[in-house]
Amino acid sequence: MTIKYTEDHEWVKVEGDIATVGITQHAQDALGDVVFVELPEVGKTYGQKDTAGVVESVKAAADVYMPVSGEVVEVNQALADEPSLANSDPEGAGWFFKVRLTQPDQVAALMDEAAYKAFAA
Amino acid sequence: MSAADTELQKTPLHDLHVELGARMVPFAGYSMPVQYPAGLMAEHKHTREAAGLFDVSHMGQIKLVGADAAAALESLMPVDVMGLGVDKQRYGLLLTDEGTIIDDLMFVNWGDPAQATGESRPRASGEREGPQLFLIVNGACKAGDIAHLQARIGDRCQVLPMPERALLALQGPKAVDALQRLVPGVEQLVFMTGGAFAWNGTDLYITRSGYTGEDGFEISIHASQAEAFARALLAQPEVAPIGLGARNSLRLEAGLCLYGNDIDTTTTPIEAGLNWAIQKVRRTGGERAGGFPGADKVLPFMQDAAGNPAAQKLGRKRVALMAQDRIPVREHIELQDAAGQKIGETTSGLLGPSIDRPIAMGYVTPEHAAVGSPVIALVRGKPVPMEVVTTPFVPNRYHRG
Repeated sequence: MTIKYTEDHEWVKVEGDIATVGITQHAQDALGDVVFVELPEVGKTYGQKDTAGVVESVKAAADVYMPVSGEVVEVNQALADEPSLANSDPEGAGWFFKVRLTQPDQVAALMDEAAYKAFAA
Repeated sequence: MSAADTELQKTPLHDLHVELGARMVPFAGYSMPVQYPAGLMAEHKHTREAAGLFDVSHMGQIKLVGADAAAALESLMPVDVMGLGVDKQRYGLLLTDEGTIIDDLMFVNWGDPAQATGESRPRASGEREGPQLFLIVNGACKAGDIAHLQARIGDRCQVLPMPERALLALQGPKAVDALQRLVPGVEQLVFMTGGAFAWNGTDLYITRSGYTGEDGFEISIHASQAEAFARALLAQPEVAPIGLGARNSLRLEAGLCLYGNDIDTTTTPIEAGLNWAIQKVRRTGGERAGGFPGADKVLPFMQDAAGNPAAQKLGRKRVALMAQDRIPVREHIELQDAAGQKIGETTSGLLGPSIDRPIAMGYVTPEHAAVGSPVIALVRGKPVPMEVVTTPFVPNRYHRG
């Protein structure tokens, strides 16, 4: 299992050919109280950096980008029903969606935790 | 030089905001707290349930002085200034010669200090004798407003900015309990009235008003005493600090326009539905009808003083909108009719924290402006059904006595 991070303040947890994606602690803190998320369609294929969803707080809206190319295999319905999970547990119960990697080599180029911490500081 | 290169101004409460853990953002040329650690949602709800303290010191405080001050200000606004009683407050609009809105403001008749008894009104440097009006204008507009007042009526009255004064708002159903412990007597005020008070030897001018839809007060205090007074308020059990984020969600739920979003120099007061701010005495057929900039672009579009219908039809009208689906509809979202034709655009919008529904304001063509009209908001290409509703979205709880 590998956890990587993007410049769009998303985390990517890779297990086999499946990547789970969410927003980072830093992102949820910057957004404030999340009141709405829009998740991608299961079965749809996205390229890296495509817009795959939206996360909104009362004061701001942000796109959620596809950190790696792949096909969406599952979305977190619990998060759609209770968007505040993105605040309370952004890197756990507040995950957004899972994708089956179509270009696994993209993962290596993402930031590791130390690099992301330096980036977000 | 870009805006980002410009040094942001600080209010007298800046260090207190930082100490309280606020997230500071640039706003109207000032570094202002957008939220504290509690967060926007908690701050919004706290204000509706108890009392919230807002630093609104970025707003402009201006005094007009002289026997002709009220008549002079009336020449710039479609509002009854001359008929306003002492210590009464009213909403006003500065208009361009095209009848569009330069700024919205609050003003109070301070009367003639020479004839006042009791606590004294705050002085402005260089002020002469005579009746006074006290104006509170938007922070982002204040420099322009002062220049406009100087240019247009500076020969008829003194236009005196009061940059030495801070402005605090204490809003919420328990604001009166907290404030009267520090300033006995404020409980006597009713909505849209004010009075001179004192705290620790410093003069205060307090009005019972605000911009949240709740009961509450706005307090003008010398900058040197503002932090001590804010700390005394925050020490009251009902009071928590509230940032600009919640100030925006509170005002939108209250159905109040935000200058720069919902009204600006492209909108007239009638398009904006601010007819209530234009008293009969200034309408066609009224005792002091017209005589303000853009009167010919404003008065024909509204009922006259006798209640006869408007002579001319508007091209668009501001409406309040609510959605049933829990999808936020923000500003600058296209509005369509059922056939998919564009009929307008939103100017403000968010998920109302108290009402827990997407709410918005926007402008639409008049045939879609009636309460109950269905409107489609196009959010990221997807249609979100909305309905034209009455404001306020959340009932006002002003203390009218």
